[in-house]
Amino acid sequence: MSLNVISFLVENKPGVLFNISNTIRRKNFNIHSITAIAGEHEDTTRITITSKADAHEIDKLVEQMSKMVDIIRVKRLDPLRTIQRDLALVKLHTADPMAQEEALEIINKYKGLILDIKPDTVIAQITGSVNEVTDFHAEVGHIGVIESARTGITAIEKGWVTLMEK
Amino acid sequence: MTKTTGSRAYIKTLENEGVTHMFGITGAALIPICDDLLDSKIRYIPGVHEQGSAHMADGYARASGKPGIVQVTSGPGATNIVTGVATAQLDSAPLVCFTGQVPMNMVGTDAFQEVDIIGVTASITKWNYQVRDPTRIPWAVKAGMYISNTGRKGAVVIDLPKNVTTEEAEFDYDVKVELKGYKPIIDPDPHELDTAVKVLIDAKRPVIMAGGGVIAAGAGKELAQLAELLMAPVATSLMGKGAIPSNHPLSLGLCGMHGRHEANYMVPDADVLLVVGARFSDRTTANLSGFAPNAKIVHIDIDKSEVDKNVSSITKVIGDARYALSGLYKRLMVQNIRTNGWHKRITEVKQYCETYDYGTDISTPNIIRSIRHALPNDAIVTTDVGQHQMFAALHYDVYEPGTFLTSGGLGTMGWGLPAAIGAKAAKPDRKVLAICGDGGFHMTENNLTVAVDEDLPIIAVVLNNKLLGMVAQWQRLFMDGRLSTVSRDYSVDYTELSKTYGAHAVKTETLDEFNKAMREAVDADYTTVIEVPIDPNENVYPHIPPGMGLKDILTDD
Repeated sequence: MSLNVISFLVENKPGVLFNISNTIRRKNFNIHSITAIAGEHEDTTRITITSKADAHEIDKLVEQMSKMVDIIRVKRLDPLRTIQRDLALVKLHTADPMAQEEALEIINKYKGLILDIKPDTVIAQITGSVNEVTDFHAEVGHIGVIESARTGITAIEKGWVTLMEK
Repeated sequence: MTKTTGSRAYIKTLENEGVTHMFGITGAALIPICDDLLDSKIRYIPGVHEQGSAHMADGYARASGKPGIVQVTSGPGATNIVTGVATAQLDSAPLVCFTGQVPMNMVGTDAFQEVDIIGVTASITKWNYQVRDPTRIPWAVKAGMYISNTGRKGAVVIDLPKNVTTEEAEFDYDVKVELKGYKPIIDPDPHELDTAVKVLIDAKRPVIMAGGGVIAAGAGKELAQLAELLMAPVATSLMGKGAIPSNHPLSLGLCGMHGRHEANYMVPDADVLLVVGARFSDRTTANLSGFAPNAKIVHIDIDKSEVDKNVSSITKVIGDARYALSGLYKRLMVQNIRTNGWHKRITEVKQYCETYDYGTDISTPNIIRSIRHALPNDAIVTTDVGQHQMFAALHYDVYEPGTFLTSGGLGTMGWGLPAAIGAKAAKPDRKVLAICGDGGFHMTENNLTVAVDEDLPIIAVVLNNKLLGMVAQWQRLFMDGRLSTVSRDYSVDYTELSKTYGAHAVKTETLDEFNKAMREAVDADYTTVIEVPIDPNENVYPHIPPGMGLKDILTDD
């Protein structure tokens, strides 16, 4: 069971995301992450969902969902031909000046941005592959993560291939 | 353009779309619409319970090939059609449901008779939509009709908040319905047909399995033509019954859990199995390992997601069954087809299997045969769900596609009687008969009111064993005969009850009495209920035990 990335282009209207998640629920798959925002055109929404399941089972699900009237296109993305990115906002406990110094070093190492510094906290923005973002969390773990908000994966295929192509 | 109300626009769009009949029950949220219905030529057939109305619209759709329309009020009116919606959706019948709704400013407040029917029906509809702006009414009605009756047909729910029906606006009745995400494939890809031909041409023991898709596409003629060319016998799923006439020499009849011997023996022996408009349901395939284990499967379906869902195919043809079958026929008729004596084997198997001893008792198979004998060839028969349904599937001969209607996918008890009333509304010149058990009849028998008072005369045959017979059969066969929760030994007298609804009703104890009652019922222009007490210990055979393969058939010897 690997993490599958399913990419959707759908009509930008109420209920579409519900219908997608409802279908995934019916097949008893768990949604690992989900991102959704209007696409290049205001009347469409691009949704990226990741789910841990057998790829063949995901393909059957994709076929089912491709029938849904409000889904313009749905596709399981090939991980080798896809750029995937995750973003996290991480609030660290840095009351100790040594901790703050170390935190800034690690953030720098991960090419993160520092969005907010208070006497006892730092908020970092980390982007990268899922693994990079996960590794960052592991590395700052001993300093103290107060709170972390991750977007989950968004993805796009490499080269000329687009979601609309077969 | 002149301004009018959403309600009038709704009725006008329905009329423009060719709607002539509407089933349903009114309610507070529908008052504006029902007022406008007074000025419409659409025939409104009031029901006694929304579930029955939905089944009527479903029966109407299946008998006519046009979308069946049911209109119910908000809240309980809407939740009462849920079973009808799921029944139509599972059997790919074009049902369009209009539900009243509380005004938009009260949606989401738990207002009186408010239910989120869009959320409730999300997983049992092909499409559903809440109209929030009156100007969208023509679009929504047209889209609903189009989606329900194209591609793989199905159920649609359109929710109409009350304010949307009362507000005035300018309406564009010529609005185009363009759906970016919905492009049903009708005409198959020629390459897919070419590949399928390559597989079929080498077949030594070809068998065709026909499903409801053949009937939905009106492809009966094309199916028989191709079967005759290939000398391929045709088995059917329950939904496919009637795709080929029962008396056609290549017809094997029903395949599956309660399939006929000839079908269940020949399907596993196929080297090429051409499956047309069928979805390999568990009731049709039995255990998958015993289902055509050595066959190359060619799958024709209008729904791509059915290909390789339950059974893997070697090649597929996506499209309407009529186009696909005629495409294959055109390619194959110019080829040299060798049949290698396979047709002799078909005759042998059919002769070997044609040993069913009907006897002269008032058994269910004999009643079914008597019904067939009494009815004209083009009569429409609906069934309910259970033992009698399987008996009918086995023993009732169908001569025209679409004249045997049954709830196959969902198996909805109580469907048969209201569906027959809907079928009668669609085909008033045909005889329409519902075969029911006592269990299913008692679930929806109040719809007799509609048959009688709306002058939609049907015949209902009620096979009364005072049991929920199919479950009792499983308990006899697989639970050491411990009958539990299946008794229906009620005080109610269905014959007398039917009379109080205004139907003519008769109880028959012998086959002769039954035949006489049937003759009278067929000649009559009023609704007749014929109750037949039957043996509660009767089992329907063949029966493949759950988990077993097609050839593991239980019989009564």
